[in-house]
Amino acid sequence: MLRVDAISEAEIVEARRRLPRVFSRPIKERLLSWAGWTAFAGLVLYCLVRFDFSPFRLWDGAHELGLITRLMFPPSAGGNFDLFLWAILETLGMAFLGTLIGGVLAFPLGFLAAKNIVPAWIFHFGIRRVFDVLRGVDVFIWALIFVRAIGLGPLAGIMAIAISDTGTLSKLFSEAIENIDGKQVEGVKAAGANRIKVVRFGVVPQVLPVMLSFALYMFESNVRAATILGIVGAGGIGLLLADRIRAHVWDQASVIIIMILITVYAIDFLSKKIRERLIGKGKSELMN
Amino acid sequence: MPEASSTPVTVNPVAVFERARAEMLRQKRVQGVILAVVFLACLTAAVIAGQFNIFTLIEGFPRTTEYIEKLLPVLRWETLGTDVAEWYWNTDRWLELLVETLLMAFFATLLGTVGAFVFSFFASSNLTTAYWMYFLTRRFMEIARSVPDLVYALVFVFAWGLGPLAGILALAIHTFGASGKLFAEVNENIDPNPLEGVRASGGNWVEMIRFSVVPQVLPVFASYTLWRFEINVRTAAVLGFVGAGGIGYELYTNIRLSYYEDVSAILLIIVATVICVDLSCEKIRHRMIGKEFL
Repeated sequence: MLRVDAISEAEIVEARRRLPRVFSRPIKERLLSWAGWTAFAGLVLYCLVRFDFSPFRLWDGAHELGLITRLMFPPSAGGNFDLFLWAILETLGMAFLGTLIGGVLAFPLGFLAAKNIVPAWIFHFGIRRVFDVLRGVDVFIWALIFVRAIGLGPLAGIMAIAISDTGTLSKLFSEAIENIDGKQVEGVKAAGANRIKVVRFGVVPQVLPVMLSFALYMFESNVRAATILGIVGAGGIGLLLADRIRAHVWDQASVIIIMILITVYAIDFLSKKIRERLIGKGKSELMN
Repeated sequence: MPEASSTPVTVNPVAVFERARAEMLRQKRVQGVILAVVFLACLTAAVIAGQFNIFTLIEGFPRTTEYIEKLLPVLRWETLGTDVAEWYWNTDRWLELLVETLLMAFFATLLGTVGAFVFSFFASSNLTTAYWMYFLTRRFMEIARSVPDLVYALVFVFAWGLGPLAGILALAIHTFGASGKLFAEVNENIDPNPLEGVRASGGNWVEMIRFSVVPQVLPVFASYTLWRFEINVRTAAVLGFVGAGGIGYELYTNIRLSYYEDVSAILLIIVATVICVDLSCEKIRHRMIGKEFL
């Protein structure tokens, strides 16, 4: 039986000698941690001052926001409901086509960037950096660039989504291809297939459901992105929303925001159901 | 199948297999046709709703490449130094804006995460104090993360004026909603035994959270927060498009005014920053997770 009161002074000293870290951390570690926290506090303080987080300013803004929120209710479309609904459909169409083009482009690129398909190190290193650049530029920036290059309208938004999706999906696809089960590939090889046939019958059947579910996942996130691309003139509901907000027509703005929320919920729900069917419930939850 | 039922002994296994196989193939074909029809319907609807026109796209293609060509700076090998200096003529201002962008992302992540941390305990079904509290925090988080952050920024710019404050608050609200949901899900998946231990030794609710939940979830929370910071850096870089501070406004004006070389210079800065932040956060995350398993 363990008895706490039976521990003698000598035993404590002995324990202290043997396990010094249980009693206190070494001074160097403590100093480092103190320095870290001080730097952190300093940075937070600097942010507070630099961004003028004074309680008065926050309060004034909150007051203003309260006024705006009050003006948002009751929501009223002001006879523009059809226009809004059409814009929502346009938004969905943009997200769908953008994801589709991105996915179609990413399919071959994903194979080219997979280490187990193309073993040349320099090749997939290079192509992956290209994906990084495509992904690193936000879809909003791409939209602005395409608006300048091909003009206002949903096409700019579609292209923006397609380009940034090409980067993201290629990366995800190549990782999915690298994680395949080697046994099926071996089986196809053993049956005397050439390289193309190995990919077609050994790799593609394994990765296709995963790829589709990634594409669906991107579609969800693109619907969200497409709702705001209109702010820079790249089509969709965002243009109407930005106009209503800039013109202070708050009751119509709130209708649009509610419509966006409903659309996003509906698409998330549908896409989750399809993904569960594609790759099983557990995996699709991991992705969220 | 009259033959099979009357004389079960003479069932031909090959025929049974062939029949089952034919049935499976037929089902697969029907499924494929249905999927194809649904897909084509979606595609048609998307093409009509998105006003997609392949000819405009083909027309737009050379214009896009032309635009990207214009973005590229003139760099000659003989005068590389001066050319680069000319390209990055406004580096001081851009770096300052970049620092502002990073600080905005940092501060917004901090504010949003602190809120998410506190409220996640009310939003987890195994820890919440009352059902109405659970319901309210869950719904509030849902709204906070479902409205796009740029829409918040657009509205907040009217409430708090142009500048980084509106952007930080918009990012913070979105972070609160997104991280809060993830945190709550982590809380719901913890090991319940330590909870019982603290309660059995007489701890109250706060002590239970502090001594049995927090030690379990903190590493996961930290890793999520780093990931959220990466996302917020990207978003903070575009908040300026709606006047909510950061490097985005500079980029926006330069694109609008067609200062091509400035556009590519700023874009390169943003991409390099995003990649650096991603890589360093990934390193830290791996180290944290590695420690966990030791």
